[in-house]
Amino acid sequence: MQKNNELMQQGRLHSFGASQLRGFAASFLALLLLFAIAGCHHPKPAPPPPPPPPPPAPTASISANPATVNAGQPTTLTWQTDNATDVSIDGIGAVNANGSQSVTPTDSTTYHLTAKGPGGTQEATTRVTVNRPAPKVEEPAPPSMTDQQLFDQNIKDAFFDYDSYSVRPQDASVLQADAQFLNQHPNWKIMVEGHCDERGSTEYNMALGASRADSAKQALVSAGVDASRINTTSFGKEKPFCTESNEQCWQQNRRAHLVLAQ
Amino acid sequence: MASEQRLSPSEMKILRLFLSVALLFGTSLIGLGQADQITGTVNRGKQRVRIAAADFKPATADPNTAVLLTTFNQVLYSDLQNAGIFDVVSKSFNPLQTPGTPDDLTACDTSTPNTTGSGSCPKKIDAWANPPTTAEMMAFGNLGVSGGQVTVNGWLFDVKNNIAPQVLGKQYREQATQDNARLIAHEFADEIIFRLGGGIPGIAESKIVFISTRSGNKEVWMMDYDGYGQHQITHLGQIALSPRISPDSSRIAFVELSSKGVSLRMYSLLLNRMITFPHVGGLGMSPAWGPLPDMKLAFTSTRSGDPEIYTSSQDGAGLKRVTDSKGPDVSPVWNPKTGAEIAFVSSRATNLAQIFTMAPDGTNVQRLTDGGYAVSPSWSPDGQWLTFAWQRSYGPGIPGNRDIYVMNVANKTYSQLTANAGTNDVPSWSPDGRHIVFQSDRSGTTEIWTMLADGTQQHQLSQTGQNSQPNWSWK
Repeated sequence: MQKNNELMQQGRLHSFGASQLRGFAASFLALLLLFAIAGCHHPKPAPPPPPPPPPPAPTASISANPATVNAGQPTTLTWQTDNATDVSIDGIGAVNANGSQSVTPTDSTTYHLTAKGPGGTQEATTRVTVNRPAPKVEEPAPPSMTDQQLFDQNIKDAFFDYDSYSVRPQDASVLQADAQFLNQHPNWKIMVEGHCDERGSTEYNMALGASRADSAKQALVSAGVDASRINTTSFGKEKPFCTESNEQCWQQNRRAHLVLAQ
Repeated sequence: MASEQRLSPSEMKILRLFLSVALLFGTSLIGLGQADQITGTVNRGKQRVRIAAADFKPATADPNTAVLLTTFNQVLYSDLQNAGIFDVVSKSFNPLQTPGTPDDLTACDTSTPNTTGSGSCPKKIDAWANPPTTAEMMAFGNLGVSGGQVTVNGWLFDVKNNIAPQVLGKQYREQATQDNARLIAHEFADEIIFRLGGGIPGIAESKIVFISTRSGNKEVWMMDYDGYGQHQITHLGQIALSPRISPDSSRIAFVELSSKGVSLRMYSLLLNRMITFPHVGGLGMSPAWGPLPDMKLAFTSTRSGDPEIYTSSQDGAGLKRVTDSKGPDVSPVWNPKTGAEIAFVSSRATNLAQIFTMAPDGTNVQRLTDGGYAVSPSWSPDGQWLTFAWQRSYGPGIPGNRDIYVMNVANKTYSQLTANAGTNDVPSWSPDGRHIVFQSDRSGTTEIWTMLADGTQQHQLSQTGQNSQPNWSWK
């Protein structure tokens, strides 16, 4: 169900019907909500405690990254508490006051953290949604898509203007969508390949391809993808996607091509 | 093989005629003074010397003599023709009697009646000074194979000097092979060029490295300056690019592009194998050698994310970043005379590639080209000129080709050397400053071409596969 929603969101980036816009707004709200929960990731440091007792009330927060996984994939729970002496998570047991742990829930699970201290008890929850492959009626499908299939279906390349390495607005949103999907698969590492059309000089195009790959990488990083997950390379004009000498073909070759690293 | 790759003399004549007409039109646009300057890079402002090359005479009856003689005569003639400083007499204008030794020239010519009226007889050498030969200089000699050795005696005579005509007399002896016949012809031609060309060593023994696809992959190849002896250097099975030969001809720095990335590689011509070069981080591209004795390197690396130019010692140590601008900074080349300047390509000014110069520490950046798309710079050996590929009008849908230009670095005056003949790129200056090798797709595939530095005598050196990115050795 959730996965279908995501696929629809991907589709919406390319065609905006009226009903789709409504759907987009709803999804956007849902995403905001997700971010609101996950947003407690880095709470501001508590102000220095006032000198007199009573003991301060404990605080607690917990988040999961990614909040949505495919069945069988791990996610990382991260929690932070203050002023607590006993901290436990249902299903895991007693844990340190601050910490993180990788879990692999088989079904969507709400993780419930309880922080007890002299000042009282504070609870926090986070929900990990586990996507199950949608059962297909007509043909027996493989149990789940491979990472490569998921990557190919969801990750799109960015394209560039003639002799330019600046990411165009329409390609910035493509890369933003890529970043969202990549952040749902934090164990993926990717290679960004810069490509150029045949008209430029071989050596200059090697550098231009490197600049294009770097521009695309920077766009992904500013959309939240950890820079250490992204390598870049340049193919200049050595490995064109399309070999005809016309603008349609050249446009295909002026690109930052995203590849799932093996 | 070499003769198949060159135009026949008559074709050359037509081409030269066409080019001199084209050059006339070209120079009228850029002003006469400048044309003189540019011609000056070829013959140093001197008139071309009219030289005759007599076919060398067989000195022995060994069957190999005739075979090696054919090669020797062909190579010597084309070396003199290629030199750019001679008006070489067409062999059909040579007198019928061919001299093999100096005595053959100084003997009395009994076929001609003595018209001088004095005691002296007309010498056989006079036939070379008179029309239609009208030679000022002549090269002649003999070649003989004996006991597996080939011996060549060669002379250069000043035809107009009756008293002491001999300018040069040389003897060469090598194992009797075709390659050695070529080598001796190159050596003798270089001697002549050195004597008559203002003391600048000839290039007949120089080499050109380039990239060829003929093995199925882009690999580094090498050939003689005249296109002979093309052979594969690397066997990496990936994509090799940007080969650059070191000033001492001991190494070739180049770029290997594979699924692992883009990295600088080093091949030893002394060991005939790859040698290690440290990975400097990021992608490495466009290596360039500085002059002896330091043989520093300059190259582009993306270790900071964006392509920037760095310098290092010849073994990759002492890395220094010298550019700091967004977008491509690539194709550095050291001034080969001083080592105190680097020309390079950057998109910093117009978002399109332009040629710049800077000091090796990155200071004193000067822009040389005033627009369009300008790439692939190469210095003249005297450090006063740059040749590069330039598309003056550039943009989506704008017609026009990339052509080879030369520019005086001091005053930025320039001249166009190729026109209306495909896309031309990656010029590289010869060690004598008189020639430029480049790539052109005018024949339908990308091939290596060569020409004099004034744009004349353009001819094709490679024929098989796609051949690109030529780089001329330093000596």
